[in-house]
Amino acid sequence: MKEIYLDNNATTKVDEAVFEEMRPYFCELYGNPSSMHFFGGQVQSKVNEARNRVAGLLGASPDEIIFTACGTESDNAAIRSALEVLPDRKHIITSRVEHPAVLTQCRNLRQRGYRVSEIGVDGAGRLDMEELKATVDDDTAIVSLMWANNETGVIFPVEEAAAIAKSKGALFHSDAVQAIGKIPINMTDSLIDMLSLSGHKLHAPKGIGVLFVRRGTAFRPLLVGGHQEKSRRAGTENAAAIIALGKACQLAAEFMEAENSVVKAQRNRLQDALMAAIPHARINGDGAERLPNTTSIAFEFVEGEAILLLLSEFGICASSGSACTSGSLEPSHVLRAMGVPFTCAHGSIRFSLSRFTTDEEIDKVIRELPPIIARLRQMSPFGREHLKGQS
Amino acid sequence: MWDYTPIVKDHFLNPRNVGDIPDADAVGEVGSLACGDALKLYLKLDDNKDKIVDAKFQTFGCASAIASSSALTEMVKGKTLDEALAVSNQDIADFLGGLPEEKMHCSVMGQEALEVAIFKYRGMDIPQHDSEHDHGHAYPDYEGELVCKCFGITDAFLKKVIETNSLTTAEQVTNFTKAGGACGSCIPKIKELIAQVLGESAAKPRTRPEKLSNMKKMQLIQEVLERDIRPLLWADGGDLELIDIDGSRVQVAFRKACAGCASSGNTARMVEMKLRDLVAEDIVVEEVTQ
Ligand SMILES: Cc1ncc(COP(=O)(O)O)c(C=O)c1O
Ligand code: FES
Repeated sequence: MKEIYLDNNATTKVDEAVFEEMRPYFCELYGNPSSMHFFGGQVQSKVNEARNRVAGLLGASPDEIIFTACGTESDNAAIRSALEVLPDRKHIITSRVEHPAVLTQCRNLRQRGYRVSEIGVDGAGRLDMEELKATVDDDTAIVSLMWANNETGVIFPVEEAAAIAKSKGALFHSDAVQAIGKIPINMTDSLIDMLSLSGHKLHAPKGIGVLFVRRGTAFRPLLVGGHQEKSRRAGTENAAAIIALGKACQLAAEFMEAENSVVKAQRNRLQDALMAAIPHARINGDGAERLPNTTSIAFEFVEGEAILLLLSEFGICASSGSACTSGSLEPSHVLRAMGVPFTCAHGSIRFSLSRFTTDEEIDKVIRELPPIIARLRQMSPFGREHLKGQS
Repeated sequence: MWDYTPIVKDHFLNPRNVGDIPDADAVGEVGSLACGDALKLYLKLDDNKDKIVDAKFQTFGCASAIASSSALTEMVKGKTLDEALAVSNQDIADFLGGLPEEKMHCSVMGQEALEVAIFKYRGMDIPQHDSEHDHGHAYPDYEGELVCKCFGITDAFLKKVIETNSLTTAEQVTNFTKAGGACGSCIPKIKELIAQVLGESAAKPRTRPEKLSNMKKMQLIQEVLERDIRPLLWADGGDLELIDIDGSRVQVAFRKACAGCASSGNTARMVEMKLRDLVAEDIVVEEVTQ
């Protein structure tokens, strides 16, 4: 069965052009970029090219780019570094809807004596800026807020938040893993000190990430050892993946326009058609500014895992905020922070598109999903009670 | 992705007996929207009001909840009420060719709905507790003290599930009932309940044999360690390893949480008393560190 892949916020297909770019760096050009000989030097210059390309997408300069092993490492490194360079400050600010890569780290630090504030969001997933203003103080070492939410696609006003953080001398980090390549980001005239990205969300392979650290921002490495990445991240470079990420960033810049027109139109068509065909549904994050590729829709009275497995029968891949799929027993912390009622949270499905999504694929979802929801509601004791007289 | 068996998949994709029975004799309802799964079971009895002639269900929940409900209705059709009451949650899981351990609570929910339906039909009131908790009652018909506020689960219900499934860790209890799976604040209480249940089953009268050959004695020591003692230690995150048996001298080493624990001396005395009770009076337990 050919997959209809609408789970691009989980991971993406490696672009063929990206794969071709990295292919020679396994069996032929396998040298260590740090080596003195010509054979390592070839790789070194390709890594430099990749660094320039990544910097280009971010509006950064190449020496502000540190390659890491994943988005999670970048997030961890940023927060740890801030606490080391501002040792007298014991307060960390983040939000209730962060990815676990940030949230778990912060909660562990709370166990070790740091004060951690988690800023709330409103019903549409928008950050409570007033709460942020009231929470930042002279003890705050770092404010870490995601650029865009992985589950709902809701975009935070990070520049504004960075200004609030800087007003009290705190460092500002943004997990931009979901935003990079989907919306324009420019670090040139920005107040943001550190920014994380992850290759596998923008058609590069899994296991490569970047931490942007602004020139002049003090930084302490998480991994120490060799002198790679100017001693800011020890460990032999994952040259092939770095080269792939460089290409992926170059392509992302080229496709940025399409992402915000073609992909966005497909996303809108999908969500409008589903909302029209299915009663008792709501869009999580409706009304907030969202990524062009993401929509999360809550279907009342049905459970997400059951929906996903029935969609899977048609080759359709999506994901869910339901308890049963998250590996915990409670629905997603993001939906709960937004105050999405339990009756909806269990039946939330996220579709995330990419430039490889076709109109036919969208058509197929629009055709297959409404009967699936109807069938599960027919089976559900609540669906029957609430939907009497409707089809 | 969950690793569901082909039978689970079949019962999920083609559920048997979905619907209601307007003139049902017995109806059992468990779970809630808030908890993420719920099941309403309808039973129709024969003219003698003894045999189940029809069963239907409505389920809100994940694939394994739907499959467990479907399996349950197939299993109870044709059974007398007493036979139906003998169906355990493990039987439901076995019928499906097994369930992932994290999904065992789905089979527990099925067994519960069946029990509630039959108890209610027989007029055996299972009085409701009226404590308040966050959202809905998962098992509204179970009396007792509320242990897990997040999922609305009482001690009586937990003890029953711990006992019938021989559960020994809090994690297992969460997999089977969901209790402990949200805020986690009830986990210490769940551990207490496990210890209680294990204590009670260990305390059931078992007499010390009169005379034992050395061979038999060694066997029995090993058995008691496995069945009666290690589960108690597991409940506290500890463990023990049998190092050697020399006549009546039993050497053990404590592991995990017990290793290096200041009270391991007491634990060694506890082990010794249990072995004296159940095997032979002259047993001496020595702790070795290795
Ligand atoms: C917002 C966000 N942050 C961080 C991560 C983690 O990235 P990685 O998988 O590269 O560690 C992800 C991806 O799952 C994400 O969506
Ligand atoms: S009280 Fe049991 S998980 Fe919260």
